[in-house]
Amino acid sequence: MRRFLVYVTLGVFLAAPVHAVEPDEILADRVLEDRARDISKGLRCVVCQNQDIDSSNAGVARDLRLLVRERLVAGDTDEEVVAYVRARYGDYVLLSPPLTPATYALWFAPVVLAGLSLFAFVMVTRRRRNTPLEKALTPVEEEQIAAYLNSKDQGAGG
Amino acid sequence: MVRFLAFSPLLIAVVFGAFFLWGLNPDRDPNAIPSVLISQPAPEFTLEPVEGLDVPGLSRADLLATDRPVIVNVFASWCVPCRAEHAVLTALAEDEGQILYGINYKDKPKDAVRWLNELGNPYQRIGSDLTGRAGIEWGISGVPETFIVGAGGVVLYRYVGPVVGDEAVATFRAALNAAGALSNGAGS
Repeated sequence: MRRFLVYVTLGVFLAAPVHAVEPDEILADRVLEDRARDISKGLRCVVCQNQDIDSSNAGVARDLRLLVRERLVAGDTDEEVVAYVRARYGDYVLLSPPLTPATYALWFAPVVLAGLSLFAFVMVTRRRRNTPLEKALTPVEEEQIAAYLNSKDQGAGG
Repeated sequence: MVRFLAFSPLLIAVVFGAFFLWGLNPDRDPNAIPSVLISQPAPEFTLEPVEGLDVPGLSRADLLATDRPVIVNVFASWCVPCRAEHAVLTALAEDEGQILYGINYKDKPKDAVRWLNELGNPYQRIGSDLTGRAGIEWGISGVPETFIVGAGGVVLYRYVGPVVGDEAVATFRAALNAAGALSNGAGS
């Protein structure tokens, strides 16, 4: 068990430095590099879609990583870097979709649907509470049932 | 209100049905990334000629200066589909008089020259994009990609992948036609 834990711990720590980012891309400035990594994680690789450029080995992803670092070194803010890439590749390059009229459905549908279901829930439960409790049987009905059950019993017995 | 609730399953079914109808349409390509360049002026780029080749380079100014539609093809000697596409582009340029410009993407000049000597050069201008930066300006995701740039340098159309095969050629020709390139062409 202890050996297993050691392997797991080693695996986690040794695997951490394995990235698509190649050594020659990494900036000497630790702060800029960290910012570049953060920005890269939010940019979609246009070749292997649904992967961010930080973890992609595609050629264009590498070019974009270099571009991000180049812009950062040139003094751009994070927002300016993202805007630069977005101007060339469009909204699709952003992994988190921006709030535009085209994405209103995406952003607001969950809220609207949750609201609607809450409304429906309230309506249904209220209706259920308002319906009167079931009435007890009238004496005549009780008598009829007793007579029926009696006849059943006799029928089964005989 | 109760009546409305009774109809809600139908409403939900209709909404989902419409979504599936849209999503299952075989003509829809979920991987297609719309280009931001369409209807925009050509991006800023300046590319030197390919070294060792007697063909002028390519820059944004060349595209802004045209008075008829131009085909801009991004290619490389290491790109296998480009080899197949080359014949299609050659036919468009030489038989139908289309203006064809090339961006030689991340290619060694020596390889590009050998490739063009072997297959023939249909390009009137070729810019050598050694670093791939012009490719980023054009928003390409790989090679080959082919753009149609209208008169005055406005990007009209982008085709991702090789223009090879009847369907692709028909699609591309339709775009050329829409750009008004075929009616001007010598062949048609």
